[in-house]
Amino acid sequence: MIRFDTVSKHYPDGTVAVDELNLVAPSGQITVLVGPSGCGKTTSLRMINRMIEPTSGSIWIDDVDTAGMATHELRRRIGYVIQHAGLFPHRTIVDNVAAVPLLLGHNKKQARTRAVELLERVGLPAHFAKRYPAQLSGGQQQRVGVARALAADPPVMLMDEPFSAVDPVVREQLQDEFLRLQGDLGKTIVFVTHDIDEAIKLGDQVAVLRVGGRLAQLAPPQELLSRPVDAFVAGFVGRDRGYRALAFTSAGTLSTHAEQTVALGGPVPSGSDDGTWILVVDAAGTPHGWLNLEHLRAGEETVTEEMLYRGGTLATQGGTLRAALDACLSSPSGRGVVVDASGCLIGSVTAREVLDLIEARTAMAS
Amino acid sequence: MIITRVFNWLTDGDNWKDSHLNTGILTQLEAHIRFTGIALAVAILIALPLGMLIGHTGRGTWLVSAANAVRALPTVGVLVLLTVIIAPHFHGRTDTGYLIPTEIVLVLLAVPPILANTYAGIDNVSPAVRDAAAGMGMTGPQVLFQVELPCSLPLIFSGLRSATLQVIATATIASYVPLGGLGRFIYDGLAQQDYPQMIGGGVLVAALALTTDLIFATIQRYAVSRGITGRFPRGRPAVASEVQSAVLTGPEVSHA
Amino acid sequence: MISAAGTSSSSSPLHFIGYFMDHRHEDLGWLWSHTWLSVLPVVIGLAIALPLGWLARRHRFVYPPLISITGLLYTIPSIALFVMIPPILGLSSLDPIQVPIALTVYSVALLVRVVADGLASVPEETLQAASAIGYKDLGRFFKVELPIAVPVITAGVRVALVANVSIVAVAGTIGMSNLGQLFTTGFQLSTPTPYYPPIVLGIVLCVLLALVLDGLVLLLNRILVPWRRVAR
Repeated sequence: MIRFDTVSKHYPDGTVAVDELNLVAPSGQITVLVGPSGCGKTTSLRMINRMIEPTSGSIWIDDVDTAGMATHELRRRIGYVIQHAGLFPHRTIVDNVAAVPLLLGHNKKQARTRAVELLERVGLPAHFAKRYPAQLSGGQQQRVGVARALAADPPVMLMDEPFSAVDPVVREQLQDEFLRLQGDLGKTIVFVTHDIDEAIKLGDQVAVLRVGGRLAQLAPPQELLSRPVDAFVAGFVGRDRGYRALAFTSAGTLSTHAEQTVALGGPVPSGSDDGTWILVVDAAGTPHGWLNLEHLRAGEETVTEEMLYRGGTLATQGGTLRAALDACLSSPSGRGVVVDASGCLIGSVTAREVLDLIEARTAMAS
Repeated sequence: MIITRVFNWLTDGDNWKDSHLNTGILTQLEAHIRFTGIALAVAILIALPLGMLIGHTGRGTWLVSAANAVRALPTVGVLVLLTVIIAPHFHGRTDTGYLIPTEIVLVLLAVPPILANTYAGIDNVSPAVRDAAAGMGMTGPQVLFQVELPCSLPLIFSGLRSATLQVIATATIASYVPLGGLGRFIYDGLAQQDYPQMIGGGVLVAALALTTDLIFATIQRYAVSRGITGRFPRGRPAVASEVQSAVLTGPEVSHA
Repeated sequence: MISAAGTSSSSSPLHFIGYFMDHRHEDLGWLWSHTWLSVLPVVIGLAIALPLGWLARRHRFVYPPLISITGLLYTIPSIALFVMIPPILGLSSLDPIQVPIALTVYSVALLVRVVADGLASVPEETLQAASAIGYKDLGRFFKVELPIAVPVITAGVRVALVANVSIVAVAGTIGMSNLGQLFTTGFQLSTPTPYYPPIVLGIVLCVLLALVLDGLVLLLNRILVPWRRVAR
């Protein structure tokens, strides 16, 4: 557990970076600090491992005042991941990961063996071990950064915008893997981001900070979306927060309609139930896209990939209301495709049905 | 043909050995290397720790600018001035009287490139790397020696090579004041209108400079991590663009 | 204490102004030849380095060998290059032209790299934008690439000029007439007791010359590149 006890940071020029912050980051959970630039989120994070010293107040880790510890000893017990990874360019990947255990005086061979294990754990094959950071892409470097922070198995991890310098696709991948990793490890994590979507996706609780370093709201993501305390938080959380809040509600088991299908590679049918759209699946029953029977061109007799409309998203049975609604809204036929955990077609739902479900849930909650 | 006569002078074994009349090439070469070595060692002892300290703390950068300003001084002039001031104090022990001003000038020349490049090398280390190093719990000296220093080796070597070339060049001019060393052949050849000797001396100095630089380049090749130079095996190119073309020789050298 | 004579006003280091007034005809001649010996090789060097640098930028395979060769030339100490040039070019063994030739070699060696790196500093987007609005090869080079590279090239020219002022003085020690002669004169007049004025005068004039030339290049750069303050 990390506890901020009325912590402030003032600079000599009069700037107030953090103003009397009180905050508890519970053990084994991810606490996300989010806010616009100048809100003091990074300053707050860096005061935990004393990269920045507070002007007043104290920060406690498991009831030990950090001010009483030697800085380098404090930092060796805290994992630290930063935006540009900050890998040592002159050391191989394995030696980068083994850096903290070596600082702690661990056996070199053991440290390296563990480093290679950690690399695989963050999704890098063992043959990366002997490479240098310059040979890795940004996303790969960031994985190494996470592995390095984990190397000495610290109970606490600080992460300062670790995924914001990579492209959106890689970022999403890294976020998913990070959540999976945290599920196994259960570290106490403080995570800084300026991206509210990232905060909502990753945080067990989210602290929204406003410019001048004041805490605006501390709440679980769902509560933040449904009950922002003031106009600032509401504005920061964003316009479509009602829609995004659906991501926190399970749709339960959707009652689906059977959907007429045609096989990929099979003959084009002469008609369909609704007269226009028909769902195309492969031999395993995985949906591939929709076929528009009104827009067929002459000579198109077998169903091929090129003929398909692929805009629709898929809802997984037992997933969230947001995924279910999105499947309906994005489907050209208006029917949202529902699949099971292995990706096989179960059936379809309509937007109307999902909305009814949402209304029923809201009625139940109030 | 003058080139043939230069070749003959260089290949005449008698010119390499000492005789009761003349000092041979080997002795002068040894003297040249000695002047150069002493000056470089002193300059490194001064400039390397100072540059590391300034780069690490970010304090005292004015010293780097001040040292750079020294480069505008005409080396010959400073050499002559210091010789005229110092030599009379060592009347009767002629060589010491010329050696001291020469070494002062050589050190004065060698310090700025080493200091400037060491400072620049350490100052250039990416802020993210520095932040990560401190953040993982390295102490100040650990950050300096385990991270900042190895990362700045390419620039430090380039400063060192630059300094070495200038010192070799200027040690040649030291023969003018008059001291031993390979420059002796140039100035004696000029005075005696013995042009093969004069040109031969020039060839020897050039050969010494090129050989020394080659030795430093070789040491640099093994001392600097592949992760920084970007020389990776099996032709696998660097993915990230952060690898700088590391080796910088030449431009800072001012021959004097 | 240096000697009794050292304290007399005529050999005092501060007497260099008086020394200059007494010998100004000769001194100004040396200053003049020192100036053009410092400047002309840089101008010629730049004229040679620009096409070479352009070539190295245009055809990447030219860059490594070109940089190696020029780096090698720059490694040769000036005094050695001075005395080696006449036999290589078949000149008489002490020809006044050997100094400007050696300095031109240095200037080219230094500036090729600077020009190539300066051109390489032009952002790729800028090049594509220039091509997109219709600049052809040479037009793009003179109207877009070169102006953007000017600050980098200027920095190289400043290094070359300041270095040249010092190297020209070295040529004075092998009898060429320039400010280096003041050091030779001072050295000869310093036996048996030190005689400072010509030596100090030589140092002062060399430093002043270096500063003035440096300032002129800065001024020129400001005129050529009005959109950007000079990179130090």
